[in-house]
Amino acid sequence: MLKSLGKIAALTTLLLAGTAHADPVKVGMITTLSGGGAGLGIDVRDGFMLAVKQSGNKDISVVVEDDQRKPDIAVQLADKMIQSEKVDVLTGIIWSNLAIAVVPAAVAQGKFYLSPNAGPSALAGKGCNKNYFNVAWQNDNLSEGAGAYAKATGYKNSFILAPNYPAGKDMLTGYKRTYGGDLAGEVFTKLGQKDYAAEIAQIRASGADSVFFFLPGGMGISFMKQYAASGVDTPLVGPAFSFDQGILQAVGAAAVGVRNASQWSKDIDNPTNKAFVETFQKEYGRLPSLYASQGFDTAALLLSAMGKADVKDADAFRAALKSADFNSTRGSFSFTENHHPVQDIYVREVIKEGDIYTNKIVSTALSGHGNVYVDQCKM
Amino acid sequence: MSLSLFFEQILNGLQFGIMLFVMAAGLTLVFGVMGLINLAHGSLYMVGAFACAAVAAATGSFWLGLVASLAAAAIAGVIVEIVVIRRLYARDHLDQVLATFALILIFSEATRYFFGSFPLYLDTPDILSGALTFPGGFQYPAYRLAIIVIGFVVAAGLFWLIGSTRLGIRIRAGESDREMITALGVDIGRLYTVVFALGAALAGFAGALVGAIQSVQIGMGEPVLILAFVVIVIGGIGSIPGALVASILVGLTDTLGRTLLPIVFGTFMDNSAATSTGSALASMLIYILMAAILVFRPTGLFGARG
Repeated sequence: MLKSLGKIAALTTLLLAGTAHADPVKVGMITTLSGGGAGLGIDVRDGFMLAVKQSGNKDISVVVEDDQRKPDIAVQLADKMIQSEKVDVLTGIIWSNLAIAVVPAAVAQGKFYLSPNAGPSALAGKGCNKNYFNVAWQNDNLSEGAGAYAKATGYKNSFILAPNYPAGKDMLTGYKRTYGGDLAGEVFTKLGQKDYAAEIAQIRASGADSVFFFLPGGMGISFMKQYAASGVDTPLVGPAFSFDQGILQAVGAAAVGVRNASQWSKDIDNPTNKAFVETFQKEYGRLPSLYASQGFDTAALLLSAMGKADVKDADAFRAALKSADFNSTRGSFSFTENHHPVQDIYVREVIKEGDIYTNKIVSTALSGHGNVYVDQCKM
Repeated sequence: MSLSLFFEQILNGLQFGIMLFVMAAGLTLVFGVMGLINLAHGSLYMVGAFACAAVAAATGSFWLGLVASLAAAAIAGVIVEIVVIRRLYARDHLDQVLATFALILIFSEATRYFFGSFPLYLDTPDILSGALTFPGGFQYPAYRLAIIVIGFVVAAGLFWLIGSTRLGIRIRAGESDREMITALGVDIGRLYTVVFALGAALAGFAGALVGAIQSVQIGMGEPVLILAFVVIVIGGIGSIPGALVASILVGLTDTLGRTLLPIVFGTFMDNSAATSTGSALASMLIYILMAAILVFRPTGLFGARG
């Protein structure tokens, strides 16, 4: 009797493992929904929720919390989500300094972390982890694209500028890696700084032939408006973060014509992207930004893995994530050995389309681009 | 560093400082006259910027927006004073901090409710866009020059108001002896409302002026608020001349520090270490300045002797 009961139990377990996908997945999303960086977090959240909604999958539930762009709050939220909400997967963090504070502890407790934005080098190289996947880019990537563009254009003397925090340092490193010319100046600004008069004066005096800048969110709005008013006409180049759909309208004409590097653009020609741009616009009444596309892709990746494996079976689930078997808005997409994307980086130009400021692709800066930290990563 | 770069940085420091003054003047009056710590002063700055952006977008005129910023911030100030602040004068500072902190949250969420989470567009008026070229080829943005001029006009107006009008006499009297001025028949409640509205209008005005070259977004007031507190502590609480001297001091220290420190470190360190150490130290510089001044003059530069 006991023996047969045991058999039945074993059989049921086997059966369950076979159709394991019925096990619901609980996702904890920690992102920035208030304060100056709110636009980025809201786009990631909306993109993510759109993919979840379109899938019609009832086995996924998402808890969303606001980190206010503060590392200490993000850490508290992660603890709460892991301990009392019992989430299986964490995602959502926008800022690299927050990701560095949250991710190592979360993955050490056996949770999966899927990054829809921040990709600090610290988590790609020595600090990499088998449960950490980045669906957006390694921080250096877009700047490497900008550097490759600068080199191809023939810039020889760049002035480079970024905020003094992990992503800022990664961006400058990335640009220098592919650009290869001389530097007319290198400046770190305060994170959240709004007045760039002092830096623009230095650019004016430096005699640079190009300016590379990484200033995401409101910092970029301030910089570009002030730059346009300063009378300095050295060409600007940068990663897409200062040219995303959310802030271009606030910058206005000051941004038109500026070249920027991005892994995504609304005019990438594939059916997934077309459908994404259209449905996002219909659902939320605005054009998606690259952050929204990253949120969408993160959810699409997670849903594809849920279709293949049970989240409780960590090894199988990890392998399912690693195979990246989903339709990305970016077209081709796969993971490197350190779980960061291999993808094309495009050069975009800011244009005015009707009344809306947006981007169009001009050329491809880097094809099938991975990252340089693979060798430092021992999983 | 060339002479024209140095001169440009001096102007930048001056422009930053004078805007801080417009912001800090209201704060120091409210603190000095009513003994009230008002953390929501930064929210009034944001209200001004949003009012200006909304009216400028609707009418196409930046100048109407500027008028709207003054009006909106003053009205918000009067409402806040009557509904909340009035109950706090007799309470201790901790209660005031708690209540005005709550106001920050209420203002932020209300703004988000009406305007959404994405930054608003506000640009400088056409007449002041672009840069002016001086003899010798030196260029400087016209709008920033205008800000410097407007700032000094506001400062002159405030000195006149405090120094030579009846209202100014009452404000100064209220600052030095609250009981006596009440006994002399001045309606202290109304005086407080007027002072608070004046401070609020100035904050909103600064927000609109600065919003045109920065970004108009939720939470834009809080970083400025911290600097404004540094200014009034350095200048001496309640002192308008103190606030003027301190804000220009802070503006110049911050701007020149950001440019010069990396160069100084560059003389004995390699380039990228120098920029990162230099900029880290530059962001602390005004607090070091504040600490140093407080060591020698604990009540601030123009503060009453304790």
